[in-house]
Order: sequence, then structure tokens, then C-alpha cells
Amino acid sequence: MKSRKRELREVYVWELPVRFFHWVNALCICVLCVTGFIIANPPTLMSQVEASFSYWFGIVRFIHFATAFVFMFNFIFRIYWAFVGNRYATWDNYIPLRARQWRNVWHVLMTDVLMIRNEEERSIGHNTVATLSYLVLLLAAVLQCITGFALYAQTSTLPLFQWATWITPLLGDEMNVRIVHHLLTWFFILFTVIHVYIVFYHDYIARHGLISSMIGGWKNIPEDVAEEEEKLEQKERRRSRRAGHAV
Amino acid sequence: MTTSKSNADLLPTATEPRPTVYEECRRKGVSRRKFIQFCAMMAAAMGLEDVAVPKIVKALETKPRLPIIWLHLQECTCCSESFIRADHPVVASLLFDHISLDYTETLMAPSGHQAEQSMEDTMSKYAGQYLLMVEGSVPTKDDAYCCIGGKSARQILTDAAKGAKAVIAWGNCATAGCVQAANPNPTGAVGIARFIGDKPLIHVQGCPPIADVMAGVIVHLLTFNSLPILDDLGRPKAFYSRRVHDTCYRRANFDAGLFAESFDDENARRGYCLYKLGCKGPTTYNACGIIKWNGGVSYPIQSGHPCLGCSEAGFWDQGSFYKRDTVVEGFGIEETADKIGLALGAVTVAGIAAHAIGTNIRKRREINEVE
Ligand code: HEM
Ligand code: SF4
Ligand code: SF4
Repeated sequence: MKSRKRELREVYVWELPVRFFHWVNALCICVLCVTGFIIANPPTLMSQVEASFSYWFGIVRFIHFATAFVFMFNFIFRIYWAFVGNRYATWDNYIPLRARQWRNVWHVLMTDVLMIRNEEERSIGHNTVATLSYLVLLLAAVLQCITGFALYAQTSTLPLFQWATWITPLLGDEMNVRIVHHLLTWFFILFTVIHVYIVFYHDYIARHGLISSMIGGWKNIPEDVAEEEEKLEQKERRRSRRAGHAV
Repeated sequence: MTTSKSNADLLPTATEPRPTVYEECRRKGVSRRKFIQFCAMMAAAMGLEDVAVPKIVKALETKPRLPIIWLHLQECTCCSESFIRADHPVVASLLFDHISLDYTETLMAPSGHQAEQSMEDTMSKYAGQYLLMVEGSVPTKDDAYCCIGGKSARQILTDAAKGAKAVIAWGNCATAGCVQAANPNPTGAVGIARFIGDKPLIHVQGCPPIADVMAGVIVHLLTFNSLPILDDLGRPKAFYSRRVHDTCYRRANFDAGLFAESFDDENARRGYCLYKLGCKGPTTYNACGIIKWNGGVSYPIQSGHPCLGCSEAGFWDQGSFYKRDTVVEGFGIEETADKIGLALGAVTVAGIAAHAIGTNIRKRREINEVE
């Protein structure tokens, strides 16, 4: 029997709203990519019939639009949670302003990407490279919503849907808006492929239970890593309290 | 409904008695009945209510004709062709007899120095009063690409715009450069907007624009003495606020997912939607589905041909007219988005495979270290 003793601590990392956002987002992206590609190049399923008896393409488009709304509001909700969530969900994870975060980028590059060094995984939440990738994802989502709603605007006169029409004159015409929308779809596909692989990789190598953590919220973190994090958290709390007193 | 944006007084103060449109029509033997018919048609085309008809009638009966300078820069003259083929007799009097075409290279009687002289005359005699109509784009790489009477297109345009009351950009060339501006755009062709200063400008898009739309814009200027309401791209909303797709009679087939896949298949004969044959109707703003062409006879989609998107700025560079590829330009090559996506996908998967091998070596080492 191969075994080894290791002291682990369970850490509650992903709160329910974060997990909820994650899976709703994943589902939306899948549905939007599939329906989007059907819209881009619909199969000829039927012939020899009259239009009045069928509406399947209309339904595919309806699903695309309905999912688009969920996708957008889900993101808006997540942005809200970036201000009220726990230390692994807040916005400052995603915008690296601290030296520690950039040192982490170097660690990830050497250990996980190039595999030149073999350092232990010491992030409990996201590592900095991951948070940067989510920042890019957010950017792509914003652009996808802008181009999507610019295309959608014409099918409705409600002001709610007209918020993104400014992009059309900027890109010249609506076909260009569509081209950008179509190109960004490939970003989402590539992102998903890489994202899923990296999640498997981390679970495979670091064994924190990363995959199940997005279901249950808990991770199994080695004792020393957890202690280090605890100290850091205390230090941060003290510092913010002191700053609070100063004000 | 269609009223002023800027209420610039567009009509000339008559320095000499110019005949009205109606007088001109009567002189040419057009019956009053035909004349009223035309006014009603214009009101309908502009999407105006019934009450607008008497206004149009009155305007065409009483207002003096507009002095006009019509420039031809880098173009193919299809806008003029479209206009002179308008089937209603009044349309002809509108431009050629009624609103006077004081200068236009293709249709005027004088030529050479005389022609240039007549342009100068109009510009000085009606300074601040004439309408400038422009067909064609302006080269920016080298002025030599388009010179008329020894003057560059840019020069001619800037000079003519100075004294203009308002400017109309006819067609896609004057609006967005059209085919001359298509990749790689050897002459650096651009639309006229940046050369006319702050003069009120109307973009009458299309390659060419529909004759009735052109007439409608002129009638609007005559009747209401102001610019029509324009969209974000400067096109009159009365004609360019809806997509060809939204007014297409094949739309039911689109929603039902019934598509023709080639021009001679059974589905094409059944009149199914032309989306898969590259129809750009879903992103094209024009009045083809409503006003139609050649006096309402038909329009491309009705004849079984997909919309090319001719009233949209970049329509030459967006891939085949007959396919729904998403084309991306750059680095001197042209690729479809899906090919780029698949190639990147292949690279990604290869990278992942290499990384996975490395990961397994690492993992094996770690497992072996455990006793
Ligand atoms: C992850 C997000 C999304 C993906 C992957 C996606 C993908 C696509 C794709 C591939 C197309 C076809 C483009 C073409 O014809 O070449 C499309 C069309 C479209 N999408 Fe999205 N989309 C997304 C989000 C959105 C959002 C947020 C909206 C906002 C309402 C939206 C609205 C539209 C509209 C209006 C069309 C055109 C449909 C038509 O003309 O019938 N999409 N989308
Ligand atoms: S033929 Fe073109 S414009 Fe008409 S419904 Fe089909 S895609 Fe739309
Ligand atoms: S159907 Fe499309 S391409 Fe044809 S004239 Fe109309 S706008 Fe232009």
C-alpha cells in the first residue's frame, strides 16, 4: 500500500452565490454557443412544408435571447457579490494590485505552465493567473452583451434593449457587430476548453479537491498552508482596523 | 412626424423667378391627377400621415426650384442612373426641370470651361442657398486619383461645400466609400463627411439608393424646409429605420427554419428564405422590402436573390455575397472566423496534450517518492 500522512484542514472557499453563479454561467455559455452557431449556420431540417406550421428557428433564437438575459444578469449579480462576498470572491482578487499577487504569477508560470520548478500549490482561492483569466472573461462577456444587445435592439422598441446601439456606428455597420459577436464566441469556447483542463490539472496535482469544491464549496487544504493563510488574514484585519481608527 | 433636426432654412430666396415643380410639370403635360398621385406616393414613402399630402402639394406648387450642384467624384454613376430611371414622370421634373440641376458632369449641356464656369456661377449667385449633392468618394492617398478640371476631388468638394445650404451624400460611395474603399482600398477612398465642415448632411445609402427614396428626400427638403430625422449613421429614418429582414415577405420561412440552399433547389422554387445563400437582410437597413425597385415592380429578394447589404458601410469586405461566412480581414489575408477558431482550438488541444504529458511525469515522480 502506498500511503502518506498529511494533515489537512477543510476550508470553506466558495460561498453558495459564487457556486450558483459559476454553474449558471457555465450552462448559459454552453447554450449560447450552441444556439449561436445554429443561428450562424442553421441546418436545413425541413423542406416541402409551409412556413405556417413550424417555428423551430424562431425558437432557437428565442432560447438564445432568453439565455442571453440570464447570462447578463448573472454576471451583474456576480459583480455585486465581488463587493460583499468572502475573501476569495472580492474584486481585489481579480485586479492584482499587490506585489504578493504578482509573485504568485511568477510561481504559476514556473511551476504550473513551464514546469521548470516544482513548488507546492499554496493558493486557497484562485491563483493570480486564474483571476486574470476571469477578468478577461468578464471583458469578453461585456463585449458579447454589447454586441448581442446591439443586434437585438432592432427587434424591440423598449428602451431597455437599446442601451448598446452606440456600438454599431462605431464599428461601421451591423454586419461588423455580428462579426465581432461571432469571433467572441470562439473566445468563450477556447476559454472553456482551457479552463476545464486546468481545473482537472490542479485537482490532479495539488489534490485540494478543486472540482468538488465548486459543488460543495469546501477545499482540503494542507495544514501549513491554511495556517499561513490564517496569519495573513489576521494581519490584514489588524491593518484595516488600524486604518479604520486613523479615519 | 418627420420634422426638423436643424431648422436651417433650406430654401433659396428667389433672386430670379424660378418656376415651381407644378408649373414645370404642367408645362411638360403632366396632368394634375398624376401630380397629386405623386405627392400622395411620396407621403406614403416617407411614412407621413394623410395630412401631409396637401402640404407636399402646396410646397411643389408654390416654392421656387432649388439650385443644385451635383458632383461626381469616384463613382460609377449608378445613383444618377437609379434616379433618372424613376418611373414617375414627376420625379424627372423634380430634378431636371423643377429643382434645377445647375451643375452635374454627366447630364449638363455645357462641357469643359463652360461647365466649370456654370458651377462657379451657381456657387457665387446662390451662395448659401444651393443644395450640394455628391455622388462618389474622395481619394485620400493621392489627389491625382480624381481630378476634374485641374482640381482635386477634395478641393472641389471643400469649395462647393462652403456655400452650400445642406449636403446630400448619394449612395454608398459618398457615404462610406463603397467598392473603391474595399480592401485594400488603393486610393484611400473615404466618404464625404469629413470634407464638408459642419454643413447639415444627409446620407442616402444604397448602391444605388432607390429612386423613390432619393425623390422622397428631395421632396422632404422642399416641403418641410428642414432636414428629415436621421439615424445614428446619418440616414433618413423614414427609409432606413427598418432592416430588409423585418420587411421581407420570406421572413415567415426564416422563423420556420425553411431555407433554400442553392439557387435551383426545390426549396428555392418554394420561395424559402435566402439566409443560407448569404442574405444580408438581417443586418441591412433599407426600404427595399416596402418601396421596392423600378416603381414597385420587385426587389432582389423577390426575384430570388439574397440581399447584398448594399446600404451598409462595409458590405464589400464582409465575405462572399452568397455565403454566411464570418470573414475576418487582416495581415493581408482573409479568413473565416470559424477557421481561425478551429485552428486556435487545435493549437490549444496540442498544448494541453503536451502539458498533460509533463504533468503525468511529475505525478509519477511524486508517487514513486512515496514509500
Ligand atoms: C456567451 C455569450 C454568447 C455567445 C457565445 C453568443 C453566440 C452567438 C453566435 C455564434 C451568433 C451567430 C452570429 C452569426 O450569425 O454569425 C449569435 C447571434 C446573436 N446573438 Fe449571441 N451570443 C452570446 C451572447 C449574446 C447576448 C448577451 C445577446 C444579447 C441579447 C446576444 C444576442 C444575439 C443576437 C441578437 C444574435 C443575432 C440573432 C439573429 O440575427 O437572429 N447574444 N450569438
Ligand atoms: S430572405 Fe433574407 S431578408 Fe428575407 S427573411 Fe430570409 S434572411 Fe431575412
Ligand atoms: S435588397 Fe439589399 S442589396 Fe439589394 S438593393 Fe436592397 S439593400 Fe441593396
